[in-house]
Amino acid sequence: MQPLLEVRGLTKSFGGVAALSDGRFTLRPGTVHALCGGNGAGKSTFLTIVMGIQSRDAGSIRVLGKEAQFTRPSDALAAGVSIIEQELSPVPAMSVAENIFLGREPTGLFGRVDFARMNADAQELLDSLHFSISARSLMMDLTVAELQLVEIAKALSYNAEIIIMDEPTSALGEAQADELFAAIKRLKEQGKGIIYVSHRLSEIFEIADEYTVFRDGRFVGEGAIADVTRDALIEMIVGRPLTEEFAKSNTPTDQPVLQVNGLNAETWVKDISFTLHRGEILALYGLMGSGRSEIFERLFGLSPDMGGQITLNGKRVSLSSPNDAIAHGLAFVTEDRKGSGLNLMADLRDNICMARLDELSKLGFMNRAREASAAQRMIEAFGIKTPNDRLVVSGLSGGNQQKVVLGKWFLTEPGILLLDEPTRGVDVGAKREIYRVMSDFAAKGGAVIMISSETDEVLGMADRVIVLRDGRISGEVGRDALSANSLLHLAA
Amino acid sequence: MSDRTTDATAQAAPKQGLNLLHLLLEGRAFFALIAIIAIFSFLSPNYLTASNALTMTSQVAIFGLLAIGMLLVILSGGIDLSVGSTLALCGVFAGWLMQGVELQSLGVILYLPVWAVVVCALAMGAFVGAVNGILVAFLKVPAFVATLGTLYMARGAALLMTNGLTFNRLSGDPSLGNTGFEWLGFNRLWGVPISIFVLAATALAAHLLLTRAPFGRWLYSTGGNARAAELSGVPVRSVQVWVYVLSGICAAIAGLVLSSQLTSAGPTAGTTYELTAIAAVVVGGASLMGGRGTIRGTLLGAFVIVYLGAGLVIIGVSSYWQTVFTGAVIVLAVMLNSIQYGGKGFKL
Repeated sequence: MQPLLEVRGLTKSFGGVAALSDGRFTLRPGTVHALCGGNGAGKSTFLTIVMGIQSRDAGSIRVLGKEAQFTRPSDALAAGVSIIEQELSPVPAMSVAENIFLGREPTGLFGRVDFARMNADAQELLDSLHFSISARSLMMDLTVAELQLVEIAKALSYNAEIIIMDEPTSALGEAQADELFAAIKRLKEQGKGIIYVSHRLSEIFEIADEYTVFRDGRFVGEGAIADVTRDALIEMIVGRPLTEEFAKSNTPTDQPVLQVNGLNAETWVKDISFTLHRGEILALYGLMGSGRSEIFERLFGLSPDMGGQITLNGKRVSLSSPNDAIAHGLAFVTEDRKGSGLNLMADLRDNICMARLDELSKLGFMNRAREASAAQRMIEAFGIKTPNDRLVVSGLSGGNQQKVVLGKWFLTEPGILLLDEPTRGVDVGAKREIYRVMSDFAAKGGAVIMISSETDEVLGMADRVIVLRDGRISGEVGRDALSANSLLHLAA
Repeated sequence: MSDRTTDATAQAAPKQGLNLLHLLLEGRAFFALIAIIAIFSFLSPNYLTASNALTMTSQVAIFGLLAIGMLLVILSGGIDLSVGSTLALCGVFAGWLMQGVELQSLGVILYLPVWAVVVCALAMGAFVGAVNGILVAFLKVPAFVATLGTLYMARGAALLMTNGLTFNRLSGDPSLGNTGFEWLGFNRLWGVPISIFVLAATALAAHLLLTRAPFGRWLYSTGGNARAAELSGVPVRSVQVWVYVLSGICAAIAGLVLSSQLTSAGPTAGTTYELTAIAAVVVGGASLMGGRGTIRGTLLGAFVIVYLGAGLVIIGVSSYWQTVFTGAVIVLAVMLNSIQYGGKGFKL
């Protein structure tokens, strides 16, 4: 069978530095092909060249057997290659149909937009994909998963044969991801080829048929998913054999650090009670919208007090602002690193020092030497790969950015870490380091509450799991009784 | 995908020969100023004389003061359109106080000493700024609209206060003990107009505030990513209020200096000065999105705009052309900003 896409010897360098030195890829019709690699492996460069966003230095790209020379994304779209980016770019105030046909609205008499036809066409497209979304609803009323599905519909409306999905589940919960996977399976049946990029290995094993691994800008290997083990794939991605994935060195004590009693957060998250112990990693598990993040926001003083008691180290506290929470030894690593974790315009040093300015200044003047040494200490502690602490953080890879966020919070010497999806968009190697940091922190007497949508991560790291459903606690599972089944059963 | 950023860094890695270009881009406001001085000195022997340089620089003082306040606001991600009107309002408020305030109930006319007049005028500036700040930070009115409103209101108040006339008696009377208003801008110290010292002191204070004080870190992080700043314990809302207050105070200082320079205070002073101040900030390399910019750059921007305008006057170019040139400089500056900040990476 003729491949949909065949790429050979793709090369690209920036300013003398090779970002891609042997890009190879073969996509067969009716398959989902995972493109794997750590941060900086050259996946991005590869995809931007295939989409015609960047030019190549050398190599060949054949789409449906024909040599392709895309110079801009519209060329690629016209040839049947479309991409669903990680960060979606909907026009929120427009309808689903308007978004799908943006830039190619069907027109009627005198160039008038034919809304009736546009809505009908869009609805037909959505129905044919079994997406239960109305073409007339506004984008801003949709959930992230639905937006993702609209993007898929949009990609298909270009009659795409090749669909590239870049981390499509990074903003989705488990149930919504299943919906997406069902859609992907239908596309497969129609003979489309899907290039699937994800850091989540469990997904790759669930949905992909084949894999290609890049490392340091080079093709490393390819094959059928059925013929590879998880460990072998990780080894290929990272380039060295790995020790155990979830390093766990902490043992929980029964000394309570944080007690939450009958806490309400927002109107629909009600009557949350739990106790966090010294040395413990506690996971909050639940589907998107089950109230996990809302509990964190309440604990960190981001939402108003709506009843309930919070007791820290035996003392009742109110926690009415982030400043308050920080002063009580809480640290909050949010799920959205770029949106709420980092100041992307600022350098490493300023980002690391951001939550500790009171300590690093005296009489209204910053102590620059102490700032520099604090930043250096965190760079070393977390093994952040950077030439110096004056590098603007937008130039770092996702894993290193996440370590900067962790460094910022560890500088405040917290007693309790709140981690919301701490490994999202982070490659396998950096994930392990983050797990190590978590368990070391707990082993040294800290306490961690984490939210994760990755069941593997919860099973691997948590000492105890509290499962939430529709804003209430639906169960609690200890490490001994933990299984994917028990979690899903309680969550859904 | 997160490894895009690594690629971008690789792309921005220094190439031989690119360094000079990079240097030129980094220091563009400085090189532009050097070029302007060189060209006009060549075209006119009167341009680079000590007296002309001092005259031009005392003009820079007005715009520089406004631009410093504007920079603080722009760093926070906002904009302050009201500074020109605030300048006028504070000027006429000072002028009105200098005329003597008649307290009818007591039947006396109160003449405040100059220092008290200065304090009152600064308080007026701070008040207008506080109104802006509260509108923006707490009532969530977009900065553009909030300060556009105060632009009208402050101008209207200035006109009401004077009935549209200009106060000319600002020098005070020795018998009343309120002389010395000239000291704010008109007089010279060691041959240098006081206004230049005022600018230098304000710029130094603002520079220290931005680079050495925690407030500076708060401000840059608020403009860079307000959500992240808030989560890190930065009092984002009070930072927003404070930048408008400081901008109002800068406008008041500029108003005092200007009325002292002119020895009169008129309600229509400073019209469209807010735009010149924004231009100076932008030419100085700050990002209108917030989070990026320096006092040094902003001062250079103010110098570029004033020195260019004055140069064109000296070589006899019509003032209409000056407007065209100033506009071109602003557009060019923003273009270079986009190249410097936006051109490095690429988007997938």
